[in-house]
Amino acid sequence: MRNIWIICRRELNSYFTSPIAWLLLTMYSVIFGWIFWNFLAEFIKQGIDMEMMGQASPMNLNEQVIRPLLGTSSFLGLFMIPLISMRLFAEEKRNGTIELLATSPVHDIEIILGKWVAATLLYCWIIVFSSINFVFLFRYGNPDWKPMAVTFLGVFLQGAALLAVGTFISTLTKNQIIAGALTFGACLMLWVFSWVSSYDSSSWAQVFSYMSVITHFDAFDRGVLSTKDAIYYLSVIFLGLFFTARSMESLRWRS
Amino acid sequence: MITVTDLTKRYARTTAVDHISFSISKGDIVGFLGPNGAGKTTTMRMLTCFFPPTAGKATVAGFDVFEQSLEVRRRIGYLPEAPPLYLEMETIEYLRFVGRLKGLTGDRLEKRVDFVLERCAIADVKAKLLGKLSKGYRQRVGLAQAIIHNPDVLILDEPTAGLDPKQINETRDLIKSLAGDHTIILSTHILPEVEQTCERVIIINKGKLVATDSVHNLQARARGAESVLVEVGARTGEFAIPVVRARLEKITGVSRATLKEEFQNGAVFEVEASKGQLVRGDLARAIVESGWELNELRPAAMSLEEIFLQLTGTDAGAKSADTPPEEAPTPEAPEANA
Repeated sequence: MRNIWIICRRELNSYFTSPIAWLLLTMYSVIFGWIFWNFLAEFIKQGIDMEMMGQASPMNLNEQVIRPLLGTSSFLGLFMIPLISMRLFAEEKRNGTIELLATSPVHDIEIILGKWVAATLLYCWIIVFSSINFVFLFRYGNPDWKPMAVTFLGVFLQGAALLAVGTFISTLTKNQIIAGALTFGACLMLWVFSWVSSYDSSSWAQVFSYMSVITHFDAFDRGVLSTKDAIYYLSVIFLGLFFTARSMESLRWRS
Repeated sequence: MITVTDLTKRYARTTAVDHISFSISKGDIVGFLGPNGAGKTTTMRMLTCFFPPTAGKATVAGFDVFEQSLEVRRRIGYLPEAPPLYLEMETIEYLRFVGRLKGLTGDRLEKRVDFVLERCAIADVKAKLLGKLSKGYRQRVGLAQAIIHNPDVLILDEPTAGLDPKQINETRDLIKSLAGDHTIILSTHILPEVEQTCERVIIINKGKLVATDSVHNLQARARGAESVLVEVGARTGEFAIPVVRARLEKITGVSRATLKEEFQNGAVFEVEASKGQLVRGDLARAIVESGWELNELRPAAMSLEEIFLQLTGTDAGAKSADTPPEEAPTPEAPEANA
């Protein structure tokens, strides 16, 4: 446990001393802020329009602003995740610092968990940081925080799962660009797997659809806490980290 | 301290280390010598538990490198060929990180960090980013991280590679000063380094063990009959090369005198004595009595370079006379200097 924290802390430090964390934070805030503003402006315009036409139908901040916004942030995560995870092992392999870690009295799994936790924490920090925008909704409106929390949990789980996949891919190469590109490809594939379900419902299509991260985000997006979908994300995390451990082991046997 | 039996490492197609056995006792400084690609790094990586051996067994402080890997790793400090530095970290921050990784905490950690900063003479760069340090400093930080947890065994892979001569000397002195507390294995392909820092040598070539002995014994073994270099200069007596050589060969015990070098009013001869004969005194007397100048008289000890080439059989024809050592122009053999 202590070793995981030691490695995690170093990893976080390195994210924040190299410009990567700040860069992601800035970019994400700007894009998220822009989208937030757009959704909100549209919501307000709609409200004014309806009032002018004299037909006051009920409007819902949760449904019309928060939900699409968080859906977008899960989509934006797709681009961020490769940038966060690509350096985890690739950089250590290139710099030779992997030799320090691998010859220190720590278990491989502690190294892997430390790195993955650091990446996930950075991801959370970026998401939470941008959520400052929601403070305005709570200040001037009256949204329901419960479905919002569930959607946040979904965004978090999806990110953590894809980061585990990215961690595994990062052990495969010395080259960060290759690791990043492969991770991006993998994330995208896991995303578009769900598309088959729109025209086909045979068993193979169901399998692919089940493998897609997006299929399982649906319930969270609607604000429903679904154990089944949470288990999917947890198993992707487990599988990703398990493969990372095997990959590190094979690194030891082969290199 | 370290016992290695039939250690073997096979890669997909090649055998990098082939049934090597040796043992190293506590407090020794051992030079691990071999040309590039001989299997030095591979052996060291097996000892440091970076990867397991394909066959054979190695124990460090009684613990098996494969079965009790964590116990071994606790007792080993390792400096890989390229110091494993996180370039975006500050020196002190980095040393604290490594210290924690090796299990140090609290006061003890701070004490050890201060100690290694002092010991490796890097206190002046403790707040600098590692990426901004010069090669010499990086190497010393690498050494500092290896000794931070005061390990029993220190494994250094080419600790002086790529340094300038002054830094090389500093690093060697540092390593020698560490010898008392740690058992040290250092690998190198630079021979004078071994002659200067190590007590024992393990020579490997193409993955096989070629020789393991003390530096002194190895030199003595390869030298065989005594052979001395004499520089004779012209003075009052008649000075001509054939005359001088004839005179030298007339001395009892001398088997052969060969001209090594000739210059104005002087020449250098290598004089070989038959085994067991001591001829230096007679040589000196003969030269002076013939009215020549005796400018220099020194034993032509075989440098490790020559022994090495002889043992590894790499290009035996081009012996050391034509192939100057890679780094220092005149390798000295301290034990053999009269």
